[in-house]
Amino acid sequence: MGEKKTTKKKKVPQWASFFPDFIIERDPEKCINCRICVKECSYGAHIWNAKKKELSEDHTKCVGCHRCEAMCPTRAIVIRRNPSEFREHAVWTPWFIKNVYKQADQGGVLLTSTGCAVPFRNYFDHLVLDACQVTNPPIDPLREPMELRTYLGPKPDALEVEIKDGRFRLKEPLPRQIKLEVPIMFAAMSYGAISLHVHQGLARAARDLGTLYNTGEGGLHASLYEYGSNTIVQCASGRFGLHVDYLNAGVAIEIKIGQGAKPGIGGHLPGEKVTEEISKTRMIPVGADAISPAPHHDIYSIEDLRGLIFALKEATEYKKLVFVKIAAVHNVAAIASGIVRAGADVVVIDGLKGGTGAAPTMFRDYIGIPIELAVAAVDQRLREEGIRNRASLVASGGIRSSADVIKLIALGADAVYIGTPALIACGCTMCQHCFTGKCPWGIATNNPELIKRLPPEVAYEKIYNLVHGWAHEMKEMLGAMGLNSIESLRANRDKLRAVGLTETEMKILGVKHAGE
Amino acid sequence: MEFLRGLSKDISGCGLSGVIHRKGELIPGEIIIKSICCQEERGNGLGAGFAAYGIYPDLADYYALHVMADHRKALEDVEELLAHRTYITHEEPIPTRRTPGIEDPPLFKRYFVKPKYEGEARELCADTEDEDDYMVSLVMEINTKIDGAYVISSGKNMGAFKGVGFPHQIAEFFRIEEYKAYIWTAHNRFPTNTPGWWGGAHPFTILDWSIVHNGEISSYGTNRRYLEMFGYHCTLLTDTEVVAYLLDLLIRRHRLPVEVACLALAPPFWEEIDRMPEEERELCTAVRAVYGGAMLNGPFAILFAYNGGLVGLNDRVKLRPLVAAEKGDLVYMASEEAAIRAICPDPDRVWAPKAGEPVIVELEPGVIPNQRSYLRGQGKRTEASVCRYPG
Amino acid sequence: MATEIDAKDIHYRDLNRLLRAKIEEGEREFLLRNINGQRYIAAGVSEKVRLEIYGTPGLDLGAFMRGPEIIVHGNTQDGTGNTMDEGKIVVHGMAGDVLGYAMRGGKIHVYSDVGYRVGIHMKAYMDKVPVIVIGGKAGDFLGEYMAGGIIILLGMFSRYPERPIAGIYLGTGMHGGTIYVRGQVSETQLGLGLKPHKLTEEDEALLRKHLSEYCEDFNLDLEEIMKEPFIKIEPYTHRPYGKLYAY
Ligand code: SF4
Ligand code: SF4
Repeated sequence: MGEKKTTKKKKVPQWASFFPDFIIERDPEKCINCRICVKECSYGAHIWNAKKKELSEDHTKCVGCHRCEAMCPTRAIVIRRNPSEFREHAVWTPWFIKNVYKQADQGGVLLTSTGCAVPFRNYFDHLVLDACQVTNPPIDPLREPMELRTYLGPKPDALEVEIKDGRFRLKEPLPRQIKLEVPIMFAAMSYGAISLHVHQGLARAARDLGTLYNTGEGGLHASLYEYGSNTIVQCASGRFGLHVDYLNAGVAIEIKIGQGAKPGIGGHLPGEKVTEEISKTRMIPVGADAISPAPHHDIYSIEDLRGLIFALKEATEYKKLVFVKIAAVHNVAAIASGIVRAGADVVVIDGLKGGTGAAPTMFRDYIGIPIELAVAAVDQRLREEGIRNRASLVASGGIRSSADVIKLIALGADAVYIGTPALIACGCTMCQHCFTGKCPWGIATNNPELIKRLPPEVAYEKIYNLVHGWAHEMKEMLGAMGLNSIESLRANRDKLRAVGLTETEMKILGVKHAGE
Repeated sequence: MEFLRGLSKDISGCGLSGVIHRKGELIPGEIIIKSICCQEERGNGLGAGFAAYGIYPDLADYYALHVMADHRKALEDVEELLAHRTYITHEEPIPTRRTPGIEDPPLFKRYFVKPKYEGEARELCADTEDEDDYMVSLVMEINTKIDGAYVISSGKNMGAFKGVGFPHQIAEFFRIEEYKAYIWTAHNRFPTNTPGWWGGAHPFTILDWSIVHNGEISSYGTNRRYLEMFGYHCTLLTDTEVVAYLLDLLIRRHRLPVEVACLALAPPFWEEIDRMPEEERELCTAVRAVYGGAMLNGPFAILFAYNGGLVGLNDRVKLRPLVAAEKGDLVYMASEEAAIRAICPDPDRVWAPKAGEPVIVELEPGVIPNQRSYLRGQGKRTEASVCRYPG
Repeated sequence: MATEIDAKDIHYRDLNRLLRAKIEEGEREFLLRNINGQRYIAAGVSEKVRLEIYGTPGLDLGAFMRGPEIIVHGNTQDGTGNTMDEGKIVVHGMAGDVLGYAMRGGKIHVYSDVGYRVGIHMKAYMDKVPVIVIGGKAGDFLGEYMAGGIIILLGMFSRYPERPIAGIYLGTGMHGGTIYVRGQVSETQLGLGLKPHKLTEEDEALLRKHLSEYCEDFNLDLEEIMKEPFIKIEPYTHRPYGKLYAY
């Protein structure tokens, strides 16, 4: 037996590593030592000891993505919550204890991904929909027309009609509009945050569904220019890959002021993620950090926003609609009104529950307000000011199902953006570790090996299927409410009732309580 | 009206009936009573009403306000407001008679008024279209601010009579047989979503627009909030009210031809629009995009009238019935053919209008005072043809 | 000798009560005059009686009936032959909406035009095959949800020269039965997934059989009707919605 070696510097214990979140359970009866798990786990939680010809686990590395479990050919692996428990305490739950450990260990800002994880009241789950019984007939969408088509863009309050050759004609053409066959668009997710394959899948799905996807702020990969008529290009504070061809590539340009997952801060794509392809698209050197500042440094006030809106319109000869996206914050109604008056064609409100590839945990969980309340307040405010027709209203942040979409439209949205559901459709398991860039499902990564796990065709098919299913459900719900066109649901809060909400909440939402 | 009594109550949808004389000759009240009572089966005794055009020829230049009040105080409040805001040239209780089955009716009074403008506005606005806007806001004010008082109709040379009861009872109560009109519409109500109260009976009116409606407007919430943006407030607890305001907004204020307004209320489907020739398609797309909030969704058949015309319109998938017929200068529209045959056994022509296709009948030009005409087209509107008179 | 009833101002309940009483007494032939708007005439009657109606009968004429033959000299309103089981209705005029809803047997012959949703959810079972023949034109949704039976649309004796032979959504959701149309329909009029087909010899024979009876009813010339070729519309599958759900 040799001597015990001592380190020069006393080793500092890492508290967080003592208490892993997950436990990897391997059934030795079933395990055939195929080592697929080792290959599949991008976090290195499965370890192969070549000498001993043995598999072992490092639980502390597991993020709970369930990739190994899914890929194990003999189903030998189960990923469980670590059953080891702290003494119960209503305030000091394991989540807070472990967060303190992590920060004590590393001294940094807590980082996470996806949307708000705090169980604030989810208004979607306190709103119920109406259906026809007797007094008017429900309509069957399978056999009768049922329309989801939606036009985004500014609309005049009234039309002028003239008679030409004995027929009615428009005196003035309608201002430019974007046609959506289904009022569900794909939210901004940049190439960089997600893989090119997912982008390709989103673009194709958008085209085949007759809707739009959004490039996010990471520029537009050369292979995606062909989907232009289904593309919204984003203009964020970092202005990556932003040139006049890019601005002209889509049908709309979205100025991103903020995002529901992290209102008030910018973004940061770490240099490790800036690969060759990304560097080309973003037009920055390989390996360099891509930092989006918190504000646009040409927008410090609402007049400046007007300036940027018109700069973009001029640059694209008024052929593109300009969207302005903000996070839902306390004063959202007044801000939205200012944005409409500044000349935006579409206002996008992203709520508290909106997702992200990377955000400080405190921001993700505690900044902003829920989208349901925000949309209700904005729609009402714009109506009171008589400017609701001047711009369309798009809502996003926390949508999980077609019923959530229907509810937002009934509250006043013209259309919605979905992000997280599209990724879950691609296999995301909500491990909330997108920020690592190691997504074992090949979604939130650009590692050339990992992205192969999700080919573009698979992404396309899954995303297409999801929205197709949702669209059908929406038609069924509309039909049950006796409506055969989505515009008759828009802002129709009579179709909603609250269950278990307070007077104030119902007042803001503009809905009655169930039973009323 | 003896023969109408004693029919047992049963249930079904509402009944509508309307008739217009294209040369403006007056049609006695009994006619419309007979037609609507033939459809008594379509109501449940919880509401009926009539609209009559041409009934106040001697006061044809004044807005005739039919006011319903729950109590004396409400009527006094209305009178105080009217004294401030209008010149009242004549006022009187609306003649009624004690009618078996009608208990505790509200008070009814009519006022013949002109707007009273202050100062400079007088020069600018008197005798202009603005008078109509003035009256709309006055009506909104009475309906929303004066407790227990409602303006039942507010047009010139026309009036609405309505309440809780079967058509024959309401006709008897308001002595409908004593009036003669060049347009009549009538309604027999089977209330569903809104309680049976006097204000909730049809017709619904604003200015000289009057609407009777069969069906339910499932888009009510959307329509109501759309109208609020333009200053209309729905106070009568029922979906039909929105139609009256939509017509006023689209046709009078936005000056859309009546054909295009009907297109906005019951537009073609997108897939039909997609197949239209380009300019047609542009028009229909614009109408749907801009007037989406005005589209009436759900099953409906409506008859609406104004000083100069009668229009029948169906929902876009025809979930409620509507039949039209003509005989000489008379044109009839009703929920059931039988209701027409009850008063016109041998029409020259009977037809079932297509879904979303309005039947628009206007008086020949210049046959009545203050005549309005909103018909602009020459012939076919879009894909769907419009039956229109005069040819 | 037919029993004659003057229906002027008689409520439908009294009228039907009277009819049933007479049928009970053994009367089999009736002549109803001055019918205007009375609903539910002969509803649910199972005896093989014959009714000649003059006027405009109200909603749901012959609803649920199993056997009677009704001849209408005039137009009928909505819901004629609602869920009828057996028997025959001949209309010497036009018919309203939802004619023959869920009809499972018997025949309806209409001389002229019909309204919307005619033959909606007609169905056939074993030897029961309902038939609707329309001499004029039809509104939208003809044969919607059709699960069985036969609809023949001629478009010849219409009062609407400006309208197409049938509206849109023809046969939408159809999963059984056949619709024959004299002349052509455009594919855009048809419900999702449907296509017009050529007639087979069996089809021709079937058409002749049903149409010769129709011609007898209205005193028409069969050959005149058969001069123009017909097309037929049939469901492309008996389970059009098999792929609708996710589990
Ligand atoms: S991180 Fe994912 S792949 Fe790796 S061990 Fe955990 S569940 Fe398995
Ligand atoms: S995208 Fe990938 S990394 Fe992000 S939450 Fe989903 S599975 Fe985890």
